[in-house]
Amino acid sequence: MLVSTKWLNKYVNINGINPADLAERITRSGIEVDSIIDRSLGMTNVVVGHVVECVKHPEADKLNICQVDVGEETTQIICGAPNVAQGQKVIVARPGAVLPGNFKIKKAKLRGEESNGMICSLQELGIEGKLVPKAYAEGIYVLPEDAVPGENALPLLGLDDTVLEFDLTPNRSDALSMLGVAYEVSAILSQGIALPEIDYPTATEKAEDLLKLRVDATVDNPMYVAKVVKNIKVAESPLWLQNALMASGVRPHNNVVDITNYVLMEYGQPLHAFDYDRLETGEIVVRHAEEGEVMTTLDDVERKLNSHNLVITNGKEPVALAGVMGGANSEVHDGTTTVVIESAYFAPSSVRRTSKEVGLRSDASTRFEKGVDPNRVQEAAERAAQLMAELAGGEVLAGSVIFDELDKTAERITISPDYINSRLGMKISMDEMLTILDRLRIPTQAINGQLVIDAPTRRQDLKIKEDIIEEIARMHGYDEIPKTLPVSESTPGGLTPYQAKRRIVRQFLEGAGLYQAVTYSLTSKAQAQAFALETAPVTELLMPMSEDRSVLRQSLVPHLLEAATYNVARRIDSVALYETGSVFLGEEEDGLPCEVEHVSAVLTGKWVDHAWQAETKKVDFYVVKGIVEGMMDLLGLLEGLSFEKAVIDGMHPGRTAAVLLNGERIGMIGQIHPTEQKKRDLKETYVMELNLERILSVETDELLYVPVPRFPSISRDIALVVASETSAGMLETIIRNAGGKLLKDVKLFDLYEGDKVEEGKKSLAFSMTYFDPERTLTDEEVVKAHEKVLKALTEEAGAQLRG
Amino acid sequence: MEQQLQQLKEEALTKIQEASTVKELNDVRVAYLGKKGPITDLLKGMGKLPAEERPKMGALVNVIREAVTESLEAKMIKLEEEAINAQLEKEAIDVTLPGRPAPTGNHHPLTRVVEEIEDFFISMGYEIAEGPEVEKDYYNFEALNLPKGHPARDMQDSFYISEEILLRTHTSPVQARTMEAKGGSAIKIICPGKVYRRDNDDATHSHQFTQIEGLVVGEDIRMSDLKGTLDLFAKKMFGAEREIRLRPSFFPFTEPSVEMDISCFKCGGDGCNVCKKTGWIEILGAGMVHPNVLKMAGYDPAVVTGFAFGMGPERIAMLKYGVEDIRHFYTNDVRFISQFHRTEA
Repeated sequence: MLVSTKWLNKYVNINGINPADLAERITRSGIEVDSIIDRSLGMTNVVVGHVVECVKHPEADKLNICQVDVGEETTQIICGAPNVAQGQKVIVARPGAVLPGNFKIKKAKLRGEESNGMICSLQELGIEGKLVPKAYAEGIYVLPEDAVPGENALPLLGLDDTVLEFDLTPNRSDALSMLGVAYEVSAILSQGIALPEIDYPTATEKAEDLLKLRVDATVDNPMYVAKVVKNIKVAESPLWLQNALMASGVRPHNNVVDITNYVLMEYGQPLHAFDYDRLETGEIVVRHAEEGEVMTTLDDVERKLNSHNLVITNGKEPVALAGVMGGANSEVHDGTTTVVIESAYFAPSSVRRTSKEVGLRSDASTRFEKGVDPNRVQEAAERAAQLMAELAGGEVLAGSVIFDELDKTAERITISPDYINSRLGMKISMDEMLTILDRLRIPTQAINGQLVIDAPTRRQDLKIKEDIIEEIARMHGYDEIPKTLPVSESTPGGLTPYQAKRRIVRQFLEGAGLYQAVTYSLTSKAQAQAFALETAPVTELLMPMSEDRSVLRQSLVPHLLEAATYNVARRIDSVALYETGSVFLGEEEDGLPCEVEHVSAVLTGKWVDHAWQAETKKVDFYVVKGIVEGMMDLLGLLEGLSFEKAVIDGMHPGRTAAVLLNGERIGMIGQIHPTEQKKRDLKETYVMELNLERILSVETDELLYVPVPRFPSISRDIALVVASETSAGMLETIIRNAGGKLLKDVKLFDLYEGDKVEEGKKSLAFSMTYFDPERTLTDEEVVKAHEKVLKALTEEAGAQLRG
Repeated sequence: MEQQLQQLKEEALTKIQEASTVKELNDVRVAYLGKKGPITDLLKGMGKLPAEERPKMGALVNVIREAVTESLEAKMIKLEEEAINAQLEKEAIDVTLPGRPAPTGNHHPLTRVVEEIEDFFISMGYEIAEGPEVEKDYYNFEALNLPKGHPARDMQDSFYISEEILLRTHTSPVQARTMEAKGGSAIKIICPGKVYRRDNDDATHSHQFTQIEGLVVGEDIRMSDLKGTLDLFAKKMFGAEREIRLRPSFFPFTEPSVEMDISCFKCGGDGCNVCKKTGWIEILGAGMVHPNVLKMAGYDPAVVTGFAFGMGPERIAMLKYGVEDIRHFYTNDVRFISQFHRTEA
């Protein structure tokens, strides 16, 4: 909403108040002023000129040499506008003038002819092209004949004005009108308000003699007022009216249309003007459209209607899409003489639906959608009639043609001052509350210590007690509210174990060298299930904005890989990212997808990078595995953790493992398939994805201290030669099983595959630690246990001791 | 013999002085004090001396031996010191060479902001509540006083999955769910999470972003409690010298509704580019829980009241760290994320 302070001043005296201060006060009491627009844009030396003579430039087809009376002198100005003509009153920027965009006007010579200034278009004065009346859109602006040469042109054009741009919240539709703003500002300033006085002569002929009205759709249209004005002379509106509209962001057309728009802005009540003769039938019928019925709206678009669209018809065919747009067939034009003014209440939901369907949002529809003031429907029609009589020479027929079933009663709210104070934590006196409500012109009575309020219908946002609390608080000032803390039983607060462990996981992964990423949940159909630990029917959006963001992901890996590609493409060769986030699987009984939190990581490039000491190492499978092991250890879950070779789509078949927790598959790690790498412009890249929710939901035992050993442990190393395909994990299991209770630890410390062992074989070396907490072990005991291990290895894995 | 002894002593002392390594010095020790050395020989030869000379000579030998030993030890300390110094000099390294990097990684800036907010409210006795990102229309809108067809639904164009299910447009449904689950008892929660709106991604819009909201419900919760809580929060988050101001606003789920500005942390309120010359920065929306919302969750608004507030970690991170484009948070450029590494206190 654009609020011209010049216009506002007609209702509330704001003279002498700095617009910035006014804006601040309005903002602080409830309506945010987004910007303050000085329409003069710092212009000076822009005056009225009279084109005394206008001849073609001898050297240039498109230029005219004009002799212009600018008050103190008559001077020569060259003008290129196609519409310049002798006798016009025009806007002249004199030498020394500065126009918007820091455009300085100087004396010049154009093709040999002197030019002392410039004859201006409205655009050159900073008015948006779409607001300039069509007649002057392509040329200079022509002022009314009574303009006086030499006078400052800015006030004449209403450019000595400051406009406040409101950012209105949906509840304050009352401020979608100048009068609504006036009420608000008068309350803020504790000032009087001057409402328009409606008084005009009427003809003896009655409106109902000419026009019949029938409303069939009474729910969607509970009130319809039509007035008839005869003998209209359609012409340009007076300048003040055009100025007011342009300041409000509305393009002037002709006096009839401009008056309806002016009253729309003034009262917040949208009006429509029909050409009575073009209606043809002398009748208005409001009904729902027939399914598939067609009408052409003012913008010359043919629209196919649905049966819930409300239309205004002439009894035969639609002449307007109610509350949204008029029809081309009944539009007011230059030859119109009799006008029907429509002022109606259309149900917000109906207008909302229709305007959405046809994709038309207008100043009218936005007001109807929010609900116009039931008590202004008639008044706005009267105001328009008055202006048509005053400004368009119209003869207003007596009375109106009315259909009215609209409830116009005010909402009664009873509230006690104590209640208000207890909700605010303040002590405002009843007297002050009454004063505030009076300033807001909200009729209130004090009855038995209670405030009995009849909320005015212009304030559709006042319905319940809390709405009144807000009115009192905002006018009293939020700065006056004290600062306290809730007085309640103090609760310990804190993270749930799940949340605390999630933080630990993040910290661990970051400590391990990974950066946290956040990627999008929405993805493409092609990527939705890629790399997923488990798949289920994909959750799809009804109306995606693009295919790339059309379904919900079932794995975090694809977007992390995208992030890796993004970084690698920017010459960051080593990338280590992780993410915790939800995947969305199938559909649960309540219709929502099953949301499971996962943790995922992508690693590529170098893992250790300390080149000057010759310590660099590429990321490999075991780096990722070590991270998973470390994380699970931190969560007390190492014991149940195991890995088994797995084949997963998109993954390297020889370098991928399923991650198991107590035998249950909870994730995967591995290198992505070389073809995937190539597709994504990545070199060797490893990923992991784990079901974080599963991991964090395991309740672990309490941590209890184990006595620090008092007796020494004994270590024995063995080097084994086994078949190449024998897994280290299997050997370790054999060792652990055979080692008995004295064997405390097994560690693989060497792996050799090469010339020094037989082909098809490899050598693995383990270090075993034997230990008894109660005493020092004897050599014989260790030898015995160790021999058992060796025997088991030979028997179960065909292992030979390496000499 | 006495003369012999004196000569021996002079000789030994000279050799000690001449020794330049620990080994040479040890050779001197063996040569003069060892079992086969001249002093031992002399002592062995004592038996041949007349009895009356023996004590005198014995004492003399001891004096000489002590003098030699003393000199040896002193020299030994000196040589060892020199050896160590030489060793140290050899071991010297270039301390300006780069260190071996310790693994580094860090929180995403949004997590950093969210955790900072969470931790403040945890210290105030709040719990963290979470909920699904795909929500029922009921929890996302209806239970929050946004019935179907409500004009305020326009404020947030949503991604629908079906007529009744959508990607949540704010974290408020977690509040609705918590209230419903609490069955009428008091609540103090913070709800962080991802939310989604049908926006084209550009410098200031993202179809996916983060929100963090708070809710307090109980008997006699007042608007002044909201103000006091937010004031503490602003001071903790943006500096002890921050002032707050509340401006009336509108949200369907609160009444009265406010927006909170803080005095600009860059210029302190004088006006700069961060606060667009106003001295104030809009940080969050808040209000007293709308009675309809309480009613729908099973609370009696005549007895129980509450306040709620909500903010965008993206906006806070953008303001705090001077990030100019919201898309940075979702491109996962390591050069961006890795900047949010160090402490700030």
